[in-house]
Amino acid sequence: MLLIGFAILAFLAILSAATVVTHRNPVVCALALAFHLVAIAGFYLLLDAQFIALLQVIVYAGAIMVLVLFVVMLLNLPDEMRGRPSGPLQRFLGPVLALLFAAILAQAFLRFPGIFRAKEAGFGTVESVGRELYGRFFYPFEVVSLLLVVAMVGAVLLAKRKV
Amino acid sequence: MFEIVVTLVKLGVVVGALMGAVSVMTWVERRVSAWIQDRYGPNRVGPFGLFQPIADGVKFIMKEDITPADAHKPLYTLAPALAMIPALCAFAVIPFGPTVEILGRTVDLVIVNLNGGVLFAFAAASLGVYGIVCAGWSSRNKYSLMGGLRSSAQMISYELALTLSVMGVVLVAGTLRPTEIVEQQGGWFWNWNAFRGGWQLLGFLIFVIAGYAETNRAPFDLPEAESELVAGYHTEYSSMKFAMFFMSEYINMVTSASLAVTLFLGGWQIGFPVPLEGWPLWGLQILAFLVKVSFFLFLFVWVRWTLPRFRYDHLMNLGWKALFPLALANVMATALLVALGVVGR
Repeated sequence: MLLIGFAILAFLAILSAATVVTHRNPVVCALALAFHLVAIAGFYLLLDAQFIALLQVIVYAGAIMVLVLFVVMLLNLPDEMRGRPSGPLQRFLGPVLALLFAAILAQAFLRFPGIFRAKEAGFGTVESVGRELYGRFFYPFEVVSLLLVVAMVGAVLLAKRKV
Repeated sequence: MFEIVVTLVKLGVVVGALMGAVSVMTWVERRVSAWIQDRYGPNRVGPFGLFQPIADGVKFIMKEDITPADAHKPLYTLAPALAMIPALCAFAVIPFGPTVEILGRTVDLVIVNLNGGVLFAFAAASLGVYGIVCAGWSSRNKYSLMGGLRSSAQMISYELALTLSVMGVVLVAGTLRPTEIVEQQGGWFWNWNAFRGGWQLLGFLIFVIAGYAETNRAPFDLPEAESELVAGYHTEYSSMKFAMFFMSEYINMVTSASLAVTLFLGGWQIGFPVPLEGWPLWGLQILAFLVKVSFFLFLFVWVRWTLPRFRYDHLMNLGWKALFPLALANVMATALLVALGVVGR
């Protein structure tokens, strides 16, 4: 049952990810990315992390991708031209990096520990994630929130030249 | 086996009820608007024009289904479904009745009793914008595109206020499970979250206002402002595809109303103690839920035909400079009160 769910989700995720890279229309790419992010939320659900799955949909698919789509639509970009990779950097470094990535993926496959199932009851619920975030990971969590504030102030400063 | 059958029955009942509510609402909308403007409204088909929705449905099916020559066909076809699916999904976590006993087994009258149910409703609602954006873009029409852009900007802006306004309730209730939130509001109506100590009245008002903006209803129906954008994102749509956008708007209204009732007005709680037990009580509680939701749906129509449309910059100002800070202040104040032990469990 789990394996069937994983197979379907994996197929959809890979298909949408491939669409993001290969499709020539930027709007379709953005939509495919949104779909991919929802599929990732499905993986979180399979891993018993229901709270993270919901946040994934709300934050990434529901907010960030809508903004990206908004910008892409506003620019109304034409379809990309399909061309061969130009320049020595793309032509030689590209395959090398791709091979490196494939090697890392292969390593992950070899270390596959079997299907993950939560041991303790209440794993992945809002309560347990909250307890971890505000207990064990309190300081990292606060530092990350500070980082976000800095990014926000920076964005406002960039958008509004004269403060 | 029993579980599967029960879930399927609940799904059928809820989807049927939603579709029924949509068709009734199209009639109510036109009758009430006519009443407000001192007209008759549709009164020819059946008694009081009650069969008008059926006539409309037949008409929609018979209409020519047009696809603009320059449209992006796959997305153009997909967009109505993208609008409809999230609208239907969001209702899955709303409890429409108490826990009842059927054939000696207990059944929750909610499709899925999720631990993060409130978040699920918002997750589904936040995906609803894709249908509108896709429709606006794929039509290759300037008015449609403007409608789609406006809609995405509006929905992102008001989603913040909407979500934050609910956080006050979540803080007081101490849970994100809708069934538990409703359970806690039992007894008299002053136990309802909107009135409990008066703390969440502000959150309730913000939720209702932002809910109107989220469902693209007047006075926030900028995405389809007729006087400037023809019909906004669905200008190029006809026949059943248009009907699907129409239905998804109405389903969103029902979901928004049900969420408001569940979170702030006691859900299926009657509001006063009733000396009944078993099915008579449960039936009354389901009825109470329906009555409250109906009131909110009527309010939707009432507001639409009373208030003029906002100007775009006013809309953004209201969202970012009034509702958002107010919702944030509400969360802060509630959190402080909960931390001090004044409210909450």
